[in-house]
Amino acid sequence: MGKRKWFFIASGILTLLCIIFILPVGPFGLAWGIEFTSGSVLTVTFDNENVTQSELLAEMAGLGHSEAVIQKTEGNEFIIRLNKLQESVQDPATGETVSEVELIRATLEQRFGTLDIPSSYDVSPSLSTSIARNAIIAIIVASVAMILYIAWAFRKLVHSVRYGVCAVIGLVHDIIVVLGLYAVLGNAFSLEVNMMFIAGILTVIGYSINNTIIVFDRIRENYLKNPGAPLEETFNRGITETLGRNINTSFTVILVCIALLALGGETIRDFMIILLVGVIAGTYSSIAIASTLLIEWEKGALGRILGRLNPRRALARG
Amino acid sequence: MGRRNIITLAIVIVLFVFSVSVIAVTDIFGRHGMTLGLDLKGGVYLEYQAEFGNESASDNAGRLEETKSIIEKRVNEWGVGEPDIYTMNPDRIVVQLPGFADIEGAKSLVGATAELIFCEQATSINTSLAASVNASDTVVMVASVSGFGQGDIFSVGSGSTIEIQTIVDINQGDSTFNVTPGFAYSHAAGENVVNQWTPAIGLIDGEEKALTGQYLLPNSYVSVNQQTGEPVVQFEWNEEGATLFSQITGRLIGEPLGIFLDNELISAPTVQAQIGASGIIEGMSLDEAQRLSIQLNTGALPITLHEIKTQKIDPILGADSLEKGLIAGIIGLALIFVFIIAYYRISGLMACLALLVYGAVMLAIFKLVPVTLTMAGIAAVVLSIGMAVDANVLIFERIKEELRSGRSLGAAIESGFSRAWPAIRDSNVTTLITCIILFWFGNAFGAAPVKGFALTLGIGILVSMLTAIIVTRAFMRPLVFTPLAKRVKLFHP
Repeated sequence: MGKRKWFFIASGILTLLCIIFILPVGPFGLAWGIEFTSGSVLTVTFDNENVTQSELLAEMAGLGHSEAVIQKTEGNEFIIRLNKLQESVQDPATGETVSEVELIRATLEQRFGTLDIPSSYDVSPSLSTSIARNAIIAIIVASVAMILYIAWAFRKLVHSVRYGVCAVIGLVHDIIVVLGLYAVLGNAFSLEVNMMFIAGILTVIGYSINNTIIVFDRIRENYLKNPGAPLEETFNRGITETLGRNINTSFTVILVCIALLALGGETIRDFMIILLVGVIAGTYSSIAIASTLLIEWEKGALGRILGRLNPRRALARG
Repeated sequence: MGRRNIITLAIVIVLFVFSVSVIAVTDIFGRHGMTLGLDLKGGVYLEYQAEFGNESASDNAGRLEETKSIIEKRVNEWGVGEPDIYTMNPDRIVVQLPGFADIEGAKSLVGATAELIFCEQATSINTSLAASVNASDTVVMVASVSGFGQGDIFSVGSGSTIEIQTIVDINQGDSTFNVTPGFAYSHAAGENVVNQWTPAIGLIDGEEKALTGQYLLPNSYVSVNQQTGEPVVQFEWNEEGATLFSQITGRLIGEPLGIFLDNELISAPTVQAQIGASGIIEGMSLDEAQRLSIQLNTGALPITLHEIKTQKIDPILGADSLEKGLIAGIIGLALIFVFIIAYYRISGLMACLALLVYGAVMLAIFKLVPVTLTMAGIAAVVLSIGMAVDANVLIFERIKEELRSGRSLGAAIESGFSRAWPAIRDSNVTTLITCIILFWFGNAFGAAPVKGFALTLGIGILVSMLTAIIVTRAFMRPLVFTPLAKRVKLFHP
């Protein structure tokens, strides 16, 4: 019991920290990817036919636009989408104040030779940020649906609703931890909220719930075999027995993540980072959080804690 | 080995061979290669300039946004996965569609204003026509004007006089004259008289309204005319539309009703009877009918679009990215195989075979449906492979427990599968619930990448559940009848 308290406290602090990290006002915050923000679109045509997309990406990153999305069309034209271009910036080479388009043109010309910028536009986001808000709603709805299903699937146990609730709490913890870490690393690795990120979060959700259910299932089986045994023992046995499987599966996914991180190139890197953190958090949460919460809940510890927080209630109970 | 297991094994092998051939043969069942998204394969780039018309310019941004969302809906209904659509101020819209084979079809779907107007034939002539009479014109007169005949001279409004040269009976011949009896009119020599169409008007609450596509319910669909076998578009009016339609058809029995799409006549059926709530439009090819029903359902664009640029465009992620990802994925998969076989030994080997079947079936399904694969979709595939491995691990852990408690291999296998099933079922169903909700959400809010992810994951989970239970078991059961069964140690760590 004493050990469990430390788990809770540690997780609580971590979660709180992560929430702070995510908020835009804090030291980190999350940056929106280019699909979500309005920005600019440039069309650039080079005389040199051998300019590749990756070279151009590297140059744009050097100019402070690592978020640039570049597509090459069949006419040897590059369509570059980036954050809003500024009216005036300082040219580091000459010290003059020029428009950002000019600076880009000068830099690219120096690197790649003659070019033409036939057009530059302000561009709207292709995905609206209301998607993010609606995604949260969808996740909440999904969580409720999951709680209901789990309550039904585990109906043979007393208080089956608690299983669902604890599973979802574990899930929420995972999401927050992943977001928090993403925010912290975001500065260092210029990570941003884009489609890869959303896909990653969705994957973590699927994975986390999966994990937790496996543990709960074993608890259920042990309980049904031995309804008379003390709850804590049933739960602990469930956790230890599924430990083997949990570690194996997590290990395989982590293995794939590391392989893809090392070899997969820039673009899936964001996704892999999220997945890696999510898997680790998910495994941790199914054991240390979801199950532990359930045990404590069953044992009535929550009631005691709530009672202690509300002295009048405790007094009333005598 | 039970009869049932032999049948299952046979089905599994057939399925595997079928899947592999679907993948290997590039053009099969109407599919050409895998459908890859914009980020992986690129597609077609369409740029349009908006013509705003005469309304106030302050609304332009709003109208542009509305156009963008209508186009999004059209593309989604057409079934193209995950387009990329954005507006460029002040008046351009860019539409990027992944790997679009039929570019012309895409352009007519996206760029057409799709304004549907129902017209009737005019019963009054443009009187300015009568005023511009020339001496060389052929003057035709309506037969029912009394007091005039061929060769007569009469004056026209401008003060000049002309001789009547021809009198035509308006009820004869195939040139139709839309005139008000009593008016003389002329047309330049050699010019054909054309049908004059004006928008059909009905009355709603005393107010005159033209019958246009705005009164349609968004449930048009394509079906086939039973008699001619030609495609038709079935449409249904809302309440106001039905009122207008029945007024108009009631008035026009025996007359043609002109259906105009973007000022072009697509069909002019003769009205047989007064109709109210619904109708059909015929006279198009299947492609045109499908496009029309989508455009009717999503509504007309509030502006006119002019095509500026059409070009093919490279993938966002660049070809080498995809290659790197694929190689890394294969290496990752190989690592999994090595680990599973090392840890679970022969069971692991069976699982790897089952995973190969799983992979083949998945790819075949993606190719046949087709499911547009993007990076998000690949993420879903990664997750579902993880879950497939997971299911196998669950089963093997169970089998390991059973073997350790001394049961025979055959009994351990059966027991392992049946006792692992509730965990597999529950965890997969909960993830499936999330998939369904995410799919619905992606559909309702136009978040195509989320929808693609949910669809890919859903397929992946269903197939993985089947593979883990049916395929792995089908592979493992025969082993009971081999000498390996005695050497139980080969099946668990």
